[in-house]
Formats: sequence, C-alpha cells, structure tokens
Amino acid sequence: MQALVERSLDYPYATARWIQAGWSRVYDSMHVPLIIRLAAKNLFFDRLRFIATIIGIVFSIVLVNVQMGLFVSFGRMVTTMIDHASADLWIVPQGTRSFEDPAPLDESERFRALSIKGVSDAVPVVIGFSQWRVPGGKATPIFIIGSPMKGQGLQPWNVVEGNLDSLAIPGAVAVDRSYFERLAVKGMGAIAQINDTKVQVRVISDGIRSFTTTPYIFATLDRARTFIGMPANKDTYLLVHLAPGADLQKVRTRLQQTLSNVDVLTSDEFGARSRSFWLFGTGAGAALFAGALLGMIVGTVIVAQTLYSSTKDHLYEFATLRAIGSSGAYIYTVIIIQALVSAVIGFSIAAAIGVLVVNATADSALPIAMPPGLTVGLFLLTVAMCVLSAVSAIVKVMRMDPAMVFAR
Amino acid sequence: MEAIGIAKTLGDGAGQVQALKGVNLSLAGGELALLMGPSGSGKTTLLSVLGCIMAPTEGAVRIRGHSTEGMTPEQLAALRRDHIGFIFQSYHLFPTLNAVDNVRLALDVRGDRSQNAYDRSVEALAAVGLAHKIDSHPRELSGGEQQRVAIARAIVGKPGAILADEPTAALDSHNGHAIMSVLADIAKNSERGVLVVTHDPRTVPYADRIIRIEDGEIVGEEHNDEAKKAEAKKAARSSKKP
Repeated sequence: MQALVERSLDYPYATARWIQAGWSRVYDSMHVPLIIRLAAKNLFFDRLRFIATIIGIVFSIVLVNVQMGLFVSFGRMVTTMIDHASADLWIVPQGTRSFEDPAPLDESERFRALSIKGVSDAVPVVIGFSQWRVPGGKATPIFIIGSPMKGQGLQPWNVVEGNLDSLAIPGAVAVDRSYFERLAVKGMGAIAQINDTKVQVRVISDGIRSFTTTPYIFATLDRARTFIGMPANKDTYLLVHLAPGADLQKVRTRLQQTLSNVDVLTSDEFGARSRSFWLFGTGAGAALFAGALLGMIVGTVIVAQTLYSSTKDHLYEFATLRAIGSSGAYIYTVIIIQALVSAVIGFSIAAAIGVLVVNATADSALPIAMPPGLTVGLFLLTVAMCVLSAVSAIVKVMRMDPAMVFAR
Repeated sequence: MEAIGIAKTLGDGAGQVQALKGVNLSLAGGELALLMGPSGSGKTTLLSVLGCIMAPTEGAVRIRGHSTEGMTPEQLAALRRDHIGFIFQSYHLFPTLNAVDNVRLALDVRGDRSQNAYDRSVEALAAVGLAHKIDSHPRELSGGEQQRVAIARAIVGKPGAILADEPTAALDSHNGHAIMSVLADIAKNSERGVLVVTHDPRTVPYADRIIRIEDGEIVGEEHNDEAKKAEAKKAARSSKKP
C-alpha cells in the first residue's frame, strides 16, 4: 500500500522526467537551436514548477474547452429542428424568438402563402408542450412536433427502427432512443398516454435530442394538434418551398407584404434568431462565456506566476547573457520560447482530456462538441495566454541591471 | 580600451557615494594588467564602466578608438559582444547547459549558430585544457574547471579585451595559479589585453602591469619585469607538485 502511495506521489515527477528525457532526445536528434535548448532546459530545471505550470494550463484549457464545447453544442442543438426542416423560407408568427416559442398562425395564412407566385408549397408545422404518461402513472413533460409525414415537412431523421409511413397508424408516435429512460419506454410498441390520448411508439430515432432536455415526440399534424390542444385551423409555422427558378428574395418580399402579423425568414435567419435568444437572451451563453473567461484568467495567472518565478530564479543567468552582449530580443525570445513550450505541452494534454470528455458526453442530453475550428481556436488561445503570461517575466528582465553579475 | 576622466556616482541623497573620481586608464593588446585595491575602492565599478555595463557619470570610455558616450543599451550590448569577454568570480555558467553549450552561447548571442560555432567552442575549451570535458555540466566540474569554461566563453568570440572580476577568489591556490597561467597565455596575443580585478596577491607574478586603486582613484602603477614573472611561475609550478 505504502509503495502504491509512493508510486502515486512520484507519478508527476516521473512524467516530468519522462518529458525532460524526451526533449533531450529531441535536442540531440534534431540539432535543436541553442536558444530553444536553453529555454526548454530552464523550463524543465525545476520540475515541480514545471508540473504546476502544465497543470495550470491544462486546468484552464480543459475548462475553456468544456465551456466553449457546450456553447458550440448548445448553439447546434438550438437550431437542430430548423437545420433538418429543409425549408426555403419560414413563415413564423411575428416576434417569434426561437423555434420553441409557440404561437399560433391562422390556417388562412397558409392559403394566402400558396397563392403567392413562386411558392410551390407551404407545409404546416405545429409544436407545443404536453405530458407523457406511462401506464404506471408517471408523467413527464414532452415537446410535440407535428408535421405531414409525407413530402417536405419536419419529420424525424436518423430513424433506426420502424418507418415514417407507420406514423399514419392511429396513435403512432416517434421517440428518440436517448429518451427511453425518461419516457419509461423499452422499445418499439411501448404504450403511453399524451393528453389523455393513448399512443404507441412506432418509430425510433437516434440522436434527436433537445437542449432543454425535454424529449421531442414526433406525430402527424392532426394528432400533434390533439396532443397540444391546438384547433384544427391553426399552425405554428409554415415551411415554404419555392417553385423551380423562383427568386427567394422576391418571394420573401411578396409573402411579407401579403401576409399579416408574420415574419418571413430564411433558415439561417431563423437559426440565428433562435441562437441569439437562447444563448444571449436567456443568459445561458453569458454563463458559458463567463466560465470560459474564468478559465482563461486562472490559466494566465498561473502561467504568468510560474514564468515570472522561473525568470526570477534565472535572473543571474539572464544578467550574464546581457553582460556577454546578448540583445534584449534574444532574452525575450528565451522567455517566449519557454511560454510556447509550456503552451504546446499543456495544450496537448488538455486536448487529449478534451477528446475523452467529448466521447464521455457523446450520448448525454447535452454533448460537448469539439469541432476542428474550436480545437485550432483553443490552441491559439493557449499560445496567446502563455505569451501574455510571459509579459511579467519580460518586464522583470527589462528592469534587470546587468551589473548584478558582479554582485556575487 | 581606454578610460578618460571617469567619474561614477552611486546611490542617491545621503547614501550617495563617489565610487570613481576622474580615473584614467588604458589597456593595450598583449598585456595582462591587474587592478588591485582594498574592498570598496571602486575596482568592480571601474570594471563595469570599462565593460560598458555601467555608464559613467562623467568621462568617456573608448573601445578601439570609438567613444561609448550616448550609446543606447542595445548598442552597448553589441559593443560588448564584439569586443569584450567577461570572466566572473562566481563563473555564472548556465547549470542546465553542458560545457560546450555554455561556451557556444557567447557565439549564439552574436547570431553565429553554424557548425563552425560548435567547432570554435570545442577549440576554446581545448585551449583552456578542457577538451575532454565538453559534455560535462557545471555541476560535474570542479571550481577551477568551471572557471576555465568561463574563460573559454570569454575568449571564443576573439574579443580585444578580457575583463575578469576576481577570477581566483573562489579557487584554491593550485587552481588559482592554473587560471592565472591560462589568462597570462591569453594575454600573449598582441591583439588581446586582459584586465584582472583582484585583491589576491598570488596573481601579481603573472601581471605585466599592476594598477592600484583606492577610494575611486588610481594611486599607483608598476610594471613587472620578465625575470620576476618567470621566477613566480617557476614557484607556482613547483607548488602544483604533490
């Protein structure tokens, strides 16, 4: 047991020794320039401080990664329905803030839209909240999406069991398997009640998750109206499909002029409006950004402190460099290389942890995303954070009096 | 190297000290000069001024005929790397670098990163008797060996002047003589002068000239003749024998 504890305690040192030995092999095999060797060896000279620096960077970048990964994922999930609707234009009730902001549109608007030149179809979609009740009596809130299951409506995608035609069967609904536990569903054929109407799971999809964690339930248009108690002459959205060769902007202008109390939006505009509402209107995005900012500040302070401390310890060496004729730029380069080496090592470890986190949350209600753009951005952020951290060390060296080499 | 009317005031207010008072001094190629004096006499301050590390309050320093007056810190650094080699009492080697890299650093700061820089560094170490220690780190070297590495670093750039601050102070008698022998050999080159700040009397026999300083003023200067130096070196050699 004691040996195990001792081995555990020695692990960070052993890792540092391993990295140090690795660097030495790199130097020897690649004829690394002396300035880089000097910087790296200064950095690795105090292993404990080096470990502290790396832990600081890793902690900071993992935190930023998680926050920004959540932000990206959140932004994607907010628009998942809009992205999968394949509409050329959306007709939404005026002032609609997001997809999940249900307000009724009169069915007559659909016919007015269909009368506009350049519109080939205006597919109605209804949405709304309801209750899912299993035979045992347990109830959970759900989000209903109703659309014609034929043609270009808003149907479930990634169907893994059943087919969309089976949704025509009375009481048929589609659920996502990621919500089986929440809905107390064991698979195809499961029975439940929505708004006192008996339903049966006839279609199962994979990966249609809601950022609100409220399960999406797909049904035909009329059945969905029943579930949410919406009159038959009402819709929530109209998905406009253009006739071949029609000009989107002209059709949009005509729709906006002809229909009353509606907004006519492209999918991108509706997506941006939804993202803006959820990420910034609700404060969720601000909270994620605040977490990321906190991570950056903590990381910068830790790296700055360790680099400053390292520079202070090596001040006589820097003074010696200055005394033997080194330019200021040479010394600053040594410090910046130290910061960059810290950034590369810290980022590599943080990125590896980030991949683990992404995989671990892949099937969760709110998976953390790590697209290539975010990875590149995080690397640049790490470099910027470490270089910024080097400023305090550089200021210390700038104020150094090279005559101190004679003081001892 | 020439110092003309150098005065240097250190500190402010009540703590102000006149460290140097109108010092005139020159160092010619091919000579080893000692700057001797008691503690606080201004030896190291004068060395700092001559080495263009510290600016004089009054007077001028000329290196190869060019005045350093009005030069920026970067220009002074360039002057140091091109014309002056330093040797310090505490060696000031880089503990993380081996001997050859410590020496090569003096060329690296000049921008010379060629294979030739490595070869010259090895040659400089060989010149101070450390050809077999090029891969050793300072912690693996004795005090005398570390000081030789520092000398190699000072000479590798072929500067016109070598300025040494108490180079034997941290060494025992044997190593002290050895280091002075190396410095005396370096000073045989007519293109290079060596100025040693010291209060170690063991260094006297190696000097061509001894400059005495007290209270910031040069108070005397004497020349050693060759016979005296030869006798001292003979004595030093015999002291190395067990």
